[in-house]
Amino acid sequence: MSDSPLLLPLGDSAWTVEFGDRIDPALHARVMGLNSVINAARDAGDLAGITDLVPTFRSLTVHYDPQLVDAEQLGTHLLQFAKTSGRSTSDGRRWLLPVCCDAEMAPDLERLAEAKRMAPETVIARLAAATFRVYMIGFMPGFPYMGGLPAELAMPRLASPRKTVPARSLAVTGEMCAVYPWESPGGWNLLGRTPVALFDAADEAAPALLESGDQVRWRIVDRAEYDHLEGELAGGRLGRADFLVAKEAAWPA
Amino acid sequence: MAGLIEVIDGGLGNAIQDAGRFGHRHQGLAVSGYLDRPLADCANALAGNPPATACIEMRGLGPTLAVRCGPLRVALTGNVVATVLRASGSSQTLPAWQSATLEEHDSLKIGPVTGGTAYLAVSGGCVVPRQLGSRSTYQRAGIGGIDGHALQNGDRIPCAQLGKRDYRETRGEAFSHGDGPIRVLLGPQLGHFTDEAIETFLSNPYAATAEQDRMGLRLAGPALAHTGPAAADIVSDGVTPGAIQVPANGLPIILLADCQTVGGYPKIATVISADLPRLAHCAPGNTLRFHAVDLATARHALDELRQRWTNWARDLQTFLPPGSLDEAALYGGNLISGMVDAYGFLRGAPIDFPWECR
Repeated sequence: MSDSPLLLPLGDSAWTVEFGDRIDPALHARVMGLNSVINAARDAGDLAGITDLVPTFRSLTVHYDPQLVDAEQLGTHLLQFAKTSGRSTSDGRRWLLPVCCDAEMAPDLERLAEAKRMAPETVIARLAAATFRVYMIGFMPGFPYMGGLPAELAMPRLASPRKTVPARSLAVTGEMCAVYPWESPGGWNLLGRTPVALFDAADEAAPALLESGDQVRWRIVDRAEYDHLEGELAGGRLGRADFLVAKEAAWPA
Repeated sequence: MAGLIEVIDGGLGNAIQDAGRFGHRHQGLAVSGYLDRPLADCANALAGNPPATACIEMRGLGPTLAVRCGPLRVALTGNVVATVLRASGSSQTLPAWQSATLEEHDSLKIGPVTGGTAYLAVSGGCVVPRQLGSRSTYQRAGIGGIDGHALQNGDRIPCAQLGKRDYRETRGEAFSHGDGPIRVLLGPQLGHFTDEAIETFLSNPYAATAEQDRMGLRLAGPALAHTGPAAADIVSDGVTPGAIQVPANGLPIILLADCQTVGGYPKIATVISADLPRLAHCAPGNTLRFHAVDLATARHALDELRQRWTNWARDLQTFLPPGSLDEAALYGGNLISGMVDAYGFLRGAPIDFPWECR
């Protein structure tokens, strides 16, 4: 795990600081470590001209305004930060999100269970027992790439992607889990649906529900509770914060 | 005072854009914004707006617009022509690169855009609400512009009325981009390509295909070989407009303003900021060549582009359009006062809601 960070030019308006080439929680902790060091520097008024910081599984891309920033100088600073910033010690926010795995919302559950020689209930139980970590947001606004799916549930993508995946579908492929924020085409295996919106443009401060570094666990709900929660969310009687688990609290069993 | 435009015919491929939506890429939001910022700012300058004002980007068949509250000043840039239909029943041709004043009940029928991307600026800009810091339309997430969609019949676009009667219009030369090779910085995944692939990429023409939109532009040409089958995929990392992805088939895709924030294909190179606007004008069949430069050259090219734009704006001229000769205007105004007056009306024109006239 002693990969030394690389500084890669992404044109003349971004640097990518790369810690490695694989999906690895230790690499991601270094990405988030650098992310927080740079954010702290920006909060202190340094590093003017940086427009966006994009953490991924294994790298941090730093977008800047090429008219305001001396690119070479910024690159030197970033590499220095990367060598000394260490791993993030923050565990991120913790979310307990409801998901309904009834057949009509989990069109791939039976197929996955058969392929793994498990009962569908066992697949659901394993899903609910896992803690996921958000590596990055991408593909589409608010789409979380989450690691932590037990290896025994790993499945390749569909050979031919669906033309339409319903919004808020929980999806898995390999050892990854995600939620489609919007109705869209998609090739991941669908195992359920959550009533909680993954993206809300009206929330100016944090339009995406999840952010890189967050932890997520799934609470299985039946269709009646799903419908109830959907109504409460639509009516504003429930909000995002109601699904947060306090830092000091244990995950509910 | 507030001006108002109503969309009579949305046309095809027309949407409101500004300089883009920054600071949200970690949430998966594209930057969006003008594909060709200098061209958009030319339209803005001609209409009397400061740079980076929201205007209408046109990529297909232009819209038809009616002025509900006026008078307004409008200007087109790019390869496009419009017809002004006056309330009186007369009509005039409005070419690009000059402003025109539209009175209440006049309408503007904009023709097809040839060769890529054109802009329509209106006085005061398209004053739709900002969403997440920008007015740029990002259709994939349904944000910005008018409810996040392309212009549609019946859309209403608030703008600003001309504060005082001024018969003079503004015109400029056509602003043109260079036509040399597209300059790139190699990388970030240069190591995923064979030496021959890099040589091929830099020494052969690539043709723009019809598979293009605001997210990206697919090219046709000699396939670029990865160092092995495994090198055709990467664990996703950050991307940006101008990044040139090469999937397993070896054919490059240049990402544009509405591109995703991360991607899983290796990137052989990234187009420099100064040449990015040229990618807005790649009709299918147009050929591109690529030339590798360093950061210092990229910076110099950007400074040069800004300087060319500044020179262009400095050389704008005011003129009295035929038929508007009016003694008061002729003797009362300084006909060569240029940009100072062209910008002047904005100072006294706060944009107020609701959008009723007067």
